[in-house]
Amino acid sequence: MELIAFYIFAAIVTVSALAVIMAKNPVHSVLWLILAFFTSAGLLVLIGAEFLAMLLVVVYVGAVAVLFLFVVMMLDVDFVELKKGTLNYWPFGALIGVAFIAQIGLAVFAREGGNTATFNPSPNAATNTEAIGQVMYTDYFLLFQLAGLILLVAMIGAIVLTLRYRTDVKRQNIAEQTARRRSDATEAVHVEPGKGI
Amino acid sequence: MSGLIENNGMLIGWLMVIGQMLLFTIVLLLSLAFLLLMDRKVWAAVMMRKGPNVVGPFGLMQSFADFGKFLLKEIIIPAGANKTVFILAPIITLTLAFASWAVIPVAPGWVISDLNVGILYLFAVSSLGVYGIIMGGWASNSKYPFLGSLRSAAQMVSYEVSLGLIIITVILLSGSMNLTDIVNAQSGGLLAWNLFTVQHILVWPVMVVMFVMFFISALAETNRPPFDLPEAESELVAGYQVEYSSTPYLLFMIGEYLNIVLMCAMMVILFMGGWHGIVPMGADFLNQFPEWIVNLGHLAWFMAKVVFCFFLFALVKAVVPRYRYDQLMRLGWKIFLPTALVAVVLVGGYVVYSGVQA
Repeated sequence: MELIAFYIFAAIVTVSALAVIMAKNPVHSVLWLILAFFTSAGLLVLIGAEFLAMLLVVVYVGAVAVLFLFVVMMLDVDFVELKKGTLNYWPFGALIGVAFIAQIGLAVFAREGGNTATFNPSPNAATNTEAIGQVMYTDYFLLFQLAGLILLVAMIGAIVLTLRYRTDVKRQNIAEQTARRRSDATEAVHVEPGKGI
Repeated sequence: MSGLIENNGMLIGWLMVIGQMLLFTIVLLLSLAFLLLMDRKVWAAVMMRKGPNVVGPFGLMQSFADFGKFLLKEIIIPAGANKTVFILAPIITLTLAFASWAVIPVAPGWVISDLNVGILYLFAVSSLGVYGIIMGGWASNSKYPFLGSLRSAAQMVSYEVSLGLIIITVILLSGSMNLTDIVNAQSGGLLAWNLFTVQHILVWPVMVVMFVMFFISALAETNRPPFDLPEAESELVAGYQVEYSSTPYLLFMIGEYLNIVLMCAMMVILFMGGWHGIVPMGADFLNQFPEWIVNLGHLAWFMAKVVFCFFLFALVKAVVPRYRYDQLMRLGWKIFLPTALVAVVLVGGYVVYSGVQA
């Protein structure tokens, strides 16, 4: 049963990964990419790493790919213009492809010789959430913190790059707005008929 | 689920699981028909109208009449639309809305799949809900739907962050990501709920704030008023749904309402004690009844609480005006996110230093 599920998932991942680079429309590419992410989460569930699977869906499918789609949808692409001169890039493409296939081949052949390490998601914890937590906050604590720091720096960098102060626009001060009372803005005046203020 | 399969042999086990799913789906759809009517009735009552009252007694059959109308109308696909994605979008919305119900425990043991990471699964599936809206808006190849889908993408991603952090405070208090464990951690009557938590009295004020924030974030996450900017009718006609008609529109609407009921169920499970009643009932008292009667009682409690939460959703729709978009973003990023972060630190500190859990 698990084997059948594995082959179904693996086939879907492969086909959708191929479709990512074959699709003519960039939005379709991103949609295929989302399918590939989602199915990889299914593969992770099959090997018993349900926490990683959920994280993959939450982080990559739920947040990262949404932003991808967001950006790609707003691109104003002229497909004919885009196709022009694609062939000029083929040497680079071929180089990267050959390197990639060579690496995969190397990995497969290296594994043939005696490397029989198996994936064990939770060696001695009740759930693999606990297992990951135990390792992450003890052995790899420093690396974990460092990764967080790098992300923080990247985030601040992005904000600094895009933040700009403009002095010529009116801004709303929310605190001031909510603190406003009726007496600040209006005044009840009793006006005699025919007199005016 | 796996227990069923092991106990009964392959074929019967699978059939029973499929039967459970079918039963769950049918019950959900039927209750949804009446919840839809309740939504409209509450809305009407606030405005001192009568609401739908023609089809059936008290208008009870109104939803079924609407259902028939939606099914019988013609499906119109705009000429410039991306056909595959256009049709796929409502299907994805509905499928995901149903998929998340797989882990909701409605009574002790009455759950289709009792996942270890149930709450994460819920969070993951509900974070996918945005795809139906984005795809629908983009595939319509029209300006209003596109603007609506862009708004909703930004809005749902923003409020997911605070929603996730609020869920973390509950996970910290319960010490588990399994929904059944979270509910059982709140057994023992009204005062044991995470909302009134007496056993963790020190963090009680934090949990009340978290409950209110969860409710507001849930409103934003499901695109309900006052955060219904993706479909704001006075600005965007109907947002991402403009080009949809007939059955695809029906699928969108069912998916949307299922998500609302799901958010109600999450509020009940995370903060309001799930299937536990408001008075603690001893095991001796419960043991004199057959198990299924006790479970039906639990189910009744669960449903009553969900209906109460849904009533709050309906009421909010009727009484508040719509937010402006920049105010919505400000609320999400500048108020909810920092508050939820502080709450996680407070609850985390409490759990570590009070020694309630290992």
